[in-house]
Amino acid sequence: MPIDILMPALSPTMEEGKLAKWLKAEGDAVTAGDVIAEIETDKATMEVEAVDEGTLGKILVPEGTDNVKVNEKIAVLIGEDEDASAIDASASAPVAAPAPAAEPSAPAASAVPAAPVVSEPAEDPEIPAGTQMKSSTVREALRDAMAEEMRRDPDVFVMGEEVAEYQGAYKITQGLLDEFSAKRVIDTPITEHGFTGLGVGAAMAGLKPIVEFMTFNFAMQAIDQIINSAAKTLYMSGGQMGAPIVFRGANGAAARVGAQHSQDYASWYANVPGLKVIQPYSAADAKGLLKAAIRDPNPVIFLENEILYGHSFEIPDVDDFVLPIGKAKIERGGTDVTLVSWGIGMTYTLQAADELAGMGISAEVINLRTIRPLDIETVLASVRKTGRVVTIEEAFPMCSVSSEIAYQVQEQAFDYLDAPIMRVTGKDVPMPYAANLEKLALPSVSQVIETVKAVTYTA
Amino acid sequence: MATASKTTPARSKSASRTRSSAKKAKPAIAEFDKDEELHAYREMLLIRRFEEKAGQLYGMGLIGGFCHLYIGQEAVVVGMQMAKKDGDQMITGYRDHGHMLAMDLEPSAVMAELTGRRGGLSKGKGGSMHMFSKEKHFYGGHGIVGAQVSLGTGLGFANKYRENGNVSMAFFGDGASNQGQVYESFNMAELWKLPVVYVIENNKYGMGTSISRASATTDLSQRGASFGIPGEQVDGMDVRAVKAASEKALAWCRNGKGPYILEMITYRYRGHSMSDPAKYRSKDEVQKMRTEHDPIEQVRSRLIEKGWASEDDLKAIDKDVRARVAEAAEFAQNDPEPDASELYTDILL
Repeated sequence: MPIDILMPALSPTMEEGKLAKWLKAEGDAVTAGDVIAEIETDKATMEVEAVDEGTLGKILVPEGTDNVKVNEKIAVLIGEDEDASAIDASASAPVAAPAPAAEPSAPAASAVPAAPVVSEPAEDPEIPAGTQMKSSTVREALRDAMAEEMRRDPDVFVMGEEVAEYQGAYKITQGLLDEFSAKRVIDTPITEHGFTGLGVGAAMAGLKPIVEFMTFNFAMQAIDQIINSAAKTLYMSGGQMGAPIVFRGANGAAARVGAQHSQDYASWYANVPGLKVIQPYSAADAKGLLKAAIRDPNPVIFLENEILYGHSFEIPDVDDFVLPIGKAKIERGGTDVTLVSWGIGMTYTLQAADELAGMGISAEVINLRTIRPLDIETVLASVRKTGRVVTIEEAFPMCSVSSEIAYQVQEQAFDYLDAPIMRVTGKDVPMPYAANLEKLALPSVSQVIETVKAVTYTA
Repeated sequence: MATASKTTPARSKSASRTRSSAKKAKPAIAEFDKDEELHAYREMLLIRRFEEKAGQLYGMGLIGGFCHLYIGQEAVVVGMQMAKKDGDQMITGYRDHGHMLAMDLEPSAVMAELTGRRGGLSKGKGGSMHMFSKEKHFYGGHGIVGAQVSLGTGLGFANKYRENGNVSMAFFGDGASNQGQVYESFNMAELWKLPVVYVIENNKYGMGTSISRASATTDLSQRGASFGIPGEQVDGMDVRAVKAASEKALAWCRNGKGPYILEMITYRYRGHSMSDPAKYRSKDEVQKMRTEHDPIEQVRSRLIEKGWASEDDLKAIDKDVRARVAEAAEFAQNDPEPDASELYTDILL
């Protein structure tokens, strides 16, 4: 019986990769543990080992092939008495993953007759019309932002676990060590509490550290220094001494990494006066806002998302692209309902807005970009137009950023509301590991659509 | 008291830093000259009188919240201040009044901060535990036990990054010496050879818990041994011993050899804070320390013994110091509270 060799996943969030090189040829004998191929993702190059023994009967994906999906058949191993000619090479479609849990009441979007509605991608007022654009992943945008600011200001340095020689656990700091040397790109021991305090002390002395947390889950070890030392010193010193520092790293759920590695901390940090909190969605958000954060004289929490790292966006191809902190962006104009989201919540939101347009519901989509200070004015202006608000985020519901938006909207635009303010959030449970449960714990496009239908009273 | 000349520092001990038993030799005590004795006397007296006044104002309800007095420990910060150079930074925990006075912060501004007035160093928004001065290289004033150790390590990091030749002095107590981040900091400081003197002010009690009830090993000077950080115990009641040890430690750091630990064996006469009746130790214990080891009395008797000052001279100094403290207290009581508009200032730049 021939054994299929599948494209392996190298990380919880990997969806596809490049089959860089075959190290065995058809007809070669392999034993378990032999390295048979090399695959590359935007994060890393990894070796593929055989897990069974036999003869490499047929290579189905030639080396140099890009965008090979995880679980796609890349080769077939045959036993001693088998013949390679028996292999059906056409069966190279991805093997179906375990069926995900059915989304509750998935809307039959296409069945609804579509009336023409206005819900179009909006221009970013921060980007002048006619600006040359280029494609960039969020990962590259973050790296470029740091590199540009480090070129600009010798007091800026980056420190964290695996940021230098390893080139970043998520490859965000790729290439920085080469350009800026070990003096300014500093590998720390695994010691969050200590290196966070060290970074804040260096900032109090006037340097401008970028402290990378491999993920913000680990910053829990350091949260005392972030809040008690970084956020409060300016006030406690009567304005004499602040901490110009950026804390950045992956925040929120990745994929299948379980409860301790899957939490969104936006509302925790947004609760604290003396901090600014940014949660970018696109590559342009990431670049423009990280540059602004590094220049900001205050402590800034910069919450990235591992899943978004590999997403590509159009980004202005200009020398010095900086976005203002505290300014939301209308990603899409609309008239019937206001959808407010940020960070990875935007992925559900924009897809839902697309589908809603097909159903004749025109959604205005606001990308908050910054959580603190909160650009409530942009939200209110939209609500006064639409009369309805739905917020979308992956974090827990209790005392969430959504809760705060709902409070401020009812306080300042009560008379404009035509429906209760509703929110779509992560569920009020620790993140489960099982694929179906994880999916249920996170928001979904269909939940956004159902919630919008509820507030627009469209069945 | 045995004395030794300046030319016999315990150099060999520094070299044998991997030997944890190297600490036992008594550090050499360099004699002070007349000016140094008088300087130390005046500085320590200022701290003591200031703290006595603060205690008094607290009792009158003019100072609120927590107030941790430095009485008894004056020699530690004054000896270090005498050894440091311009540009060297200090950072400490909540028992910080003495450090601020030693770093030449204005007594009236410190006292006005204690009373929460607008002329206070932090405009009345910091309080007893939270004052700072970039200009005087004093970095607070921190209320979370042990946090200043990592922050002080960061000050040392900045010195090395800028190659400015300055050394950071991070003060903490025997209680803080059991915090995890202290060891995270030790590790990085030695790994990266950061210029930081860790000054452990061992006053024998972490609030109400004696060191022997809190620490598995009580020789805190050796707490850096597993990282290869040299350390020594110093008689923290003798300002000369403090200065000599500090000079050695500061030179070690300034020469790029990494951090150094000084465990200052000292004693606080008062409770942990104003609200601590200190029932966990006997009156005799406190009295014995006061009569036999008082840091100010030691200097005073040397000054008299050597004929460097008469009783009248010392009275004059005392009078002068009292006047400064009285002036500070006067200011701190009469200065208005901060304007209500200050509530929303200094949150962000």
